[in-house]
Amino acid sequence: MPTELPDNPRTHRSLWVDVWLTFRQHTGALIGVGVFSTIVLAVFLGPFVHDVDPQYLDLQARNQGVSLSHPLGTDNLGRDTLAQVFAGGRISLAVGFAAMFLSLVLGTAVGTLAGYFRRLDGPLMRFTDLFLALPLLPLLLVIIMLFRDTLRNAFGPETGIFLLIVFVIGITSWMQTARIVRGEVLAIKEREFITAARSIGTRERRIVSRHILPNALSPIMVSATLGIANAIITESALSFLGLGFPPDFPTWGRLLFDGANFITITPARVLWPGLAISLTVLSVNYIGDGLRDALDPRLRDT
Amino acid sequence: MIRYITRRLMFAVPTLIAISFAIFALLDLAPNDPTGQLPLTIPPEVRAQIRESLGLDQPFHVRYAKWMEQFFVNEPLNLIEEAFDVEIGDSSARPRIRSWATRSPVVDIIAERMPQTLWVVGLSYVVGILIAVPIGVISAYRQYSWFDQIGTFVSMVGFSVPTFFTGLLAIILFSVMLQWLPSIYDTTHEVTDLTSFWVQVKQMLMPVMVLALYNAAQLSRFMRSAMLDNLNLDYVRTARSKGLRERAVLLIHVLRNSMIPVVTMIALGVPTIFSGAIITEQIFRVNGLGQLLIVAIQGADIPLVQTLTFLFAVLIVLFNLIADVLYGILDPRIRYD
Amino acid sequence: MKLRHSTPLIAMILFMAACAPDDAETVPEDTVENRHLNILYWQAASIVNPYLSGGTKDIEAASLVVEPLAHYDDNAGMVPILAAEIPTVENGGVAEDLRSITWKLKPGIVWSDGTPLTAHDVAFSGAYCLDEQAGCAALASFTDVAAVKAVDDHTVRITFDVAKPWPYGPFVGSLTPVIQREQFQDCLGARAQECTAQNFGPIGTGPFKVDDFRANDVINYSANERFREPGKPWFRTVTLKGGGDAASAARAVLETGEYDYAWNLQVEPEVLAQMVAAGKGQVLMGFGSQVERLMVNQTNDDSNLGERRSLYLDGANPHPFLSDPAVRHALSLAIDREVLVEAGYGDAGRPTCNVVPAPSRYASVANEACKTPDPAEANRILDEAGWVSGTDGVRAKDGTRLSILYQTSTNSVRQATQALVKQMWDAIGVETELRNIDGAVFFGADPASPDTFQKFFADVQMYTNNFQGTDPEVYMAGWVCDQDPGPHNQWLGTNIPRGCSAEYDDLVEQLSTTPPGDDRARIAKRLNDIIVQNHYMIPLIWRAAVSARSNSLMGVRMNPWDSELWNIADWHR
Repeated sequence: MPTELPDNPRTHRSLWVDVWLTFRQHTGALIGVGVFSTIVLAVFLGPFVHDVDPQYLDLQARNQGVSLSHPLGTDNLGRDTLAQVFAGGRISLAVGFAAMFLSLVLGTAVGTLAGYFRRLDGPLMRFTDLFLALPLLPLLLVIIMLFRDTLRNAFGPETGIFLLIVFVIGITSWMQTARIVRGEVLAIKEREFITAARSIGTRERRIVSRHILPNALSPIMVSATLGIANAIITESALSFLGLGFPPDFPTWGRLLFDGANFITITPARVLWPGLAISLTVLSVNYIGDGLRDALDPRLRDT
Repeated sequence: MIRYITRRLMFAVPTLIAISFAIFALLDLAPNDPTGQLPLTIPPEVRAQIRESLGLDQPFHVRYAKWMEQFFVNEPLNLIEEAFDVEIGDSSARPRIRSWATRSPVVDIIAERMPQTLWVVGLSYVVGILIAVPIGVISAYRQYSWFDQIGTFVSMVGFSVPTFFTGLLAIILFSVMLQWLPSIYDTTHEVTDLTSFWVQVKQMLMPVMVLALYNAAQLSRFMRSAMLDNLNLDYVRTARSKGLRERAVLLIHVLRNSMIPVVTMIALGVPTIFSGAIITEQIFRVNGLGQLLIVAIQGADIPLVQTLTFLFAVLIVLFNLIADVLYGILDPRIRYD
Repeated sequence: MKLRHSTPLIAMILFMAACAPDDAETVPEDTVENRHLNILYWQAASIVNPYLSGGTKDIEAASLVVEPLAHYDDNAGMVPILAAEIPTVENGGVAEDLRSITWKLKPGIVWSDGTPLTAHDVAFSGAYCLDEQAGCAALASFTDVAAVKAVDDHTVRITFDVAKPWPYGPFVGSLTPVIQREQFQDCLGARAQECTAQNFGPIGTGPFKVDDFRANDVINYSANERFREPGKPWFRTVTLKGGGDAASAARAVLETGEYDYAWNLQVEPEVLAQMVAAGKGQVLMGFGSQVERLMVNQTNDDSNLGERRSLYLDGANPHPFLSDPAVRHALSLAIDREVLVEAGYGDAGRPTCNVVPAPSRYASVANEACKTPDPAEANRILDEAGWVSGTDGVRAKDGTRLSILYQTSTNSVRQATQALVKQMWDAIGVETELRNIDGAVFFGADPASPDTFQKFFADVQMYTNNFQGTDPEVYMAGWVCDQDPGPHNQWLGTNIPRGCSAEYDDLVEQLSTTPPGDDRARIAKRLNDIIVQNHYMIPLIWRAAVSARSNSLMGVRMNPWDSELWNIADWHR
């Protein structure tokens, strides 16, 4: 670490350069970045190498094992598993990140406001309780009933349902993040450096953005990594209930679910989507670890 | 503190009423229908008459008011009558909340489901905590050691592989291939002696472990991250430099402070025990509250869903309060005023 | 298992030995375990009173306890149960003018509480269901019933408002059993809802009685010692467990052997085949009247139409391209039904070209050609009708593209069928968008929901339908012109495709006055042919009821026309 530090620590250097310098010390995080970019590249570039239509049903080749034309075998309708994993990955990753992002923004905003401003605490937390108490399934049914046709007409069937699902997952999963962030903010608020910052007349907004949020980053990061897994899995549960993507849209969660009963016939059908979900979550988690360390002001300045 | 609690409890009443209204409105808006699961051989006019017999033809506010009366007046009175063996007014004239699918009082069904839910889901929660806390502590203390790496990997896999899959895997392994454990939970089984106790243990083993792993995965991540936060703080350095033994530093100072967010998490998770574990209950046929709720939702059994989710809301509000109070007890810096 | 051992380990070993797969399929031993029957329904029963439920799971759970006057047997015939014989015009049981039917009870039948069964119980059961406030689910079986009256203690007469050529609606089949007047007399009308004890534990004449009922979970039965047939039932106790899903239910019988019988196993054929290979049990099939079919919307379902969407409006709102018979014909020709069966149903389905595939007396043979798919012919028909391929491979005429929204309920087999059909239609230049909807919404009749099958806000939809009992009159009468769903009938109309044919309406009129016989069969077949040859409905698969039994369970006769548990008194090891 000392070799990285400039001679004069007071030299103004952008925060993000600092973060990057610390981040690349973190082996786990670097491996995470490697694995994750491989998955993203594979999912987006894979179809150019292995150009089989994931929706093509080849009834002569049902439940096949590994072969040259089907490197991961086929499912019970003769669809190519590898092509499905690629196609499913694009949707799952997009849904996972978008929904995680939405729920993180909502959760952090509600949590910070509630934790920092005493006046907002009661109403906001009761609002959170309300969302925690709402039964998810009827809520989904209502949202889909109300907005599906509107969105389908506005954005077409694919984008429309994508937006709807991201919205649905995001809006039903921010509560835990909000609670955790609020708890963390409550504790940080009482720390000496906040009192100090306040005593020198720092503006509230700046206290929140420069002092509170960076210090609350680690639980937020954990929420974010769990949030991706959660979003990918919630999506599979939605597909299972008929509330998700149309049946001819593969996603990792759906592939895993559809393949579950075939585990003893064609294990590849569950192994690869399952592994893909796990590896994604794992690598994101390590990246999150690295980011957290890098963003932690105490660690950076030592 | 007492003042804080009373104020919160007073706040809880309007909150709960708002929640009950939101749930009722939501269920009313939802497009599923109590006759939706009947065979198509039952013609539409008969369906219309069934809906009428369930009171669905009445306007929204009448149905909501009826439910409110039944839930807040009639059912508590019944409970009091049963508990103290007295008769208050004419109890037979007091309509009870009845499920549309079973036509029986909702409260009785819920009471019937409690034991298996608490045993299986509750126990899995406890087991999950017992697994998660040590793993989280050790992973944080030995950050980036082999133990940490493996712990992280296992907990991430545990979290990212859904229970519908781990449950199936467990059944295929232990019930089909090895034939060690039953795949179907017998809710009528009674523990009377050692043998029957062992039968109970065997039938609980798979659902409890599958759920516990899932719970532990999530909790151990939070435990680890909370520990890591504290390990770097100044007070730890101070404690060490004072010459305190490492064990004391770790277990007394760091653990105590790290437990603050984790205990909150645990307390907040308690209501989920009562909401059951829908998928796990389904796979192993534990038929607890989770299964009750999902069957009721699918069948649009509004009185049952409404009562169950509202009880759930009461628990959420209650445990939120408990979590906040715990926070104050564990972290002296937080003041209630 | 009776032995007590101090260490759990020994107990465990003993337990496993006791639960180990029975390699000893020897002489049935007269033990408590052996005389206990374990049945698994993956949908759990919520009530033991069929009149208040109508759900198959509840009807079948109740069929162990309460019995009708007659059952349908496995060959779609009728067998008297509580009745001495089946009344017909020939034996004088059915009046010449077809306006009444008189049932005579078997003598000497008692309820499980020891009191005798009388005709008054039957009359009461009729009154119970006919009460308007009861919300009786079996009301359709009582259509046109004027009164159910006890003539004397052993004779009951049902009179009809109109001539009823098929008078076997009430009290035939498990949907309409006889319940005890003594027990239910305070449960008439709106009070039916409040009789929890009665609804959960009806007193019956059947082979078993309810010991313990847990709603949506499990029912324990024990043998009815007063059952009329001596020495039956063979089993002393029965457990009917509910919950889970079809695949795991099949596994519990076929692979782990924990249960003796599992119901309704719609599982992918290769998965089921692999389970059967474990050698612990067998799969049973019964082909009734269930047909998975496509409904082809004859009205315009464009979402921009607002209030007029999918309304028939006396033919003023035709579908932009599905109203062209050539398109409908081509859609049917393009489908390879054999492939659908093989991928989703295996032995549990057969290709069919009829909406009434059984009983054999009503099954038409005029449409068999559809079993041979012919995409080339379909293409030719479309070309001839002026639908030409555009640059994107989708056929169009005058700016109207053959682009179909195809919806069904959520169910993995249905989604597989959807995917296959989409590909088959692709080959004839028809574009398909798939949609699946939660079953509780799709089959629910909430008039506020846009996603019900009655609203039919799609071009094509797929589901299975069948008819109650063995006579299709009511079923087919549902597809006449004025049964088109719309706001005028709260969307409760039954003519889902909204197709209309004057000849069809006339024949339905004739059917309602034609007594059973060759004429009735001829008319029913012609009705089927009109529907199918106009392609208002495109039948795909004739579906069997699928169940599984363990190897040791004997005497099961799979019955697609009535409760599967109809002859449980004869089951044994």
